[in-house]
Amino acid sequence: MSTTYYTQDHEYIRVDGNVGTVGITDHAQQQLGDIVFVELPASGKIVAKGEQAAVVESVKAASEVYAPVSGEVIETNGELESEPAKVNEDAAGKGWFLKLRIKDAGELSGLMDEAAYAAFVKTLD
Amino acid sequence: MSTDVRHTPLHGLHQALGARMAAFAGYDMPIQYPTGILTEHNWTRSSAGLFDVSHMGQAFLAGPDHATTAAALETLCPADVQGLTPGRQRYSQFLNADGGILDDFMVARPLGADGTLALVVNAGRKDDDYAHLESALPKSVRLVKRDDRALLALQGPLAADVVTSLGGAIADMAFMSVQPITLGGIACEASRSGYTGEDGFEISVPAERAADLWTLLSTDARVKPIGLGARDSLRLEAGLCLYGHDIDETTSPIEAALTWSIAKRRREQGGFPGAARIQREIAEGPRRKRVGLTLEGRQPVREGAEINTQGSATGIVTSGTFSPSLNRPIAMGYVGAGQAANGTALDIVVRGKALPAQTAAMPFVPHRYKR
Repeated sequence: MSTTYYTQDHEYIRVDGNVGTVGITDHAQQQLGDIVFVELPASGKIVAKGEQAAVVESVKAASEVYAPVSGEVIETNGELESEPAKVNEDAAGKGWFLKLRIKDAGELSGLMDEAAYAAFVKTLD
Repeated sequence: MSTDVRHTPLHGLHQALGARMAAFAGYDMPIQYPTGILTEHNWTRSSAGLFDVSHMGQAFLAGPDHATTAAALETLCPADVQGLTPGRQRYSQFLNADGGILDDFMVARPLGADGTLALVVNAGRKDDDYAHLESALPKSVRLVKRDDRALLALQGPLAADVVTSLGGAIADMAFMSVQPITLGGIACEASRSGYTGEDGFEISVPAERAADLWTLLSTDARVKPIGLGARDSLRLEAGLCLYGHDIDETTSPIEAALTWSIAKRRREQGGFPGAARIQREIAEGPRRKRVGLTLEGRQPVREGAEINTQGSATGIVTSGTFSPSLNRPIAMGYVGAGQAANGTALDIVVRGKALPAQTAAMPFVPHRYKR
């Protein structure tokens, strides 16, 4: 049973045990528009909470994707290199960016749950 | 400059269409409609895209006769305005004393009214352009701001069919010509030009009829609304400059590869601001040059990225995007004259990484103007 947490920068992290799958939310992909390129980190990279972990580029602009929590990158979604539009099509599923081995599960408590994120997005409209 | 965000007469229609709006040159403008930039871009290349460009500045220069009005404008820009025949339009630039570009614009000599020239200038520069014109024009030539007009662009291979089907008599119009047309009973001024590289029209209409004209054009199934996002990717594929990015007060028309817009008579005679620099750059070649850039792979480069040759800086990217038509990144920028030849290998630095690139001929996507 996994639990998904959200950041104010519109990343999600779906946590299974000590591994979190990170991506951007459906709201984020809608805001970015057509995604044409995703730059992913190398496996093994250590990222700190709030640090840049990836870059997503739409036709118009580049946007940074931050690590929701600290950890080690253990896998990235290589399919995004040839098919970045998967982020638009299925941000929460096939459009995932990377998997992190979570360093400190305590950092998750600073993130939003699904209901809190939904309420947060509503405040942005 | 006022900080109030201005609206075009079509603002409400854009909102009703679900457009994502953002500030551009002081106006709240549609960046994209719900279908998104890629779809809008491709639609314009294959059918007909409808753009609201009412934020741009429309004005007349009104003088006693063509020779007087044209001569007045020629003191500020390097185009051959005197040689402009009735019903024709040209592209030019207002220059500063150093030959830098204050703005780029279109000038047309409307049919009829001898002594009148019609200008279309950039939204973000229009207040400055108008002040510049008012201070520089002789007493016999007046600037008449046409703030009571909207401007719609219909661009794409089916644009002419759409205009014709609405009763617009444009069969004899060639690229860069202007004439009055009537669409659905609305009296308009059409120019066969645009900012996409496609055949198409820019249609000036009284502000109070703009929504009617937009609705009339939109009713045609071949027409879809297109936002400023796709306008940018379309013009970049067409190799066209965006003021404030690819050209500005520090770039000359020669550096910007706009030498084609300066007629032979003007090159020889001068008589425009910065003529000495421009004549020298034509004779000796500019120090740097605007070039097209292509990259391997899919990673786009953006404005401000450094261009290197053998590890040292040679220039900077001024516009970059992912080309929807070519399915690869394209850009334009300035490089040293020694690196400007087509096919020169360069690196473009993005987030600390040097991406292999090369200079490329523009337009990236062939123009399809009606000659």
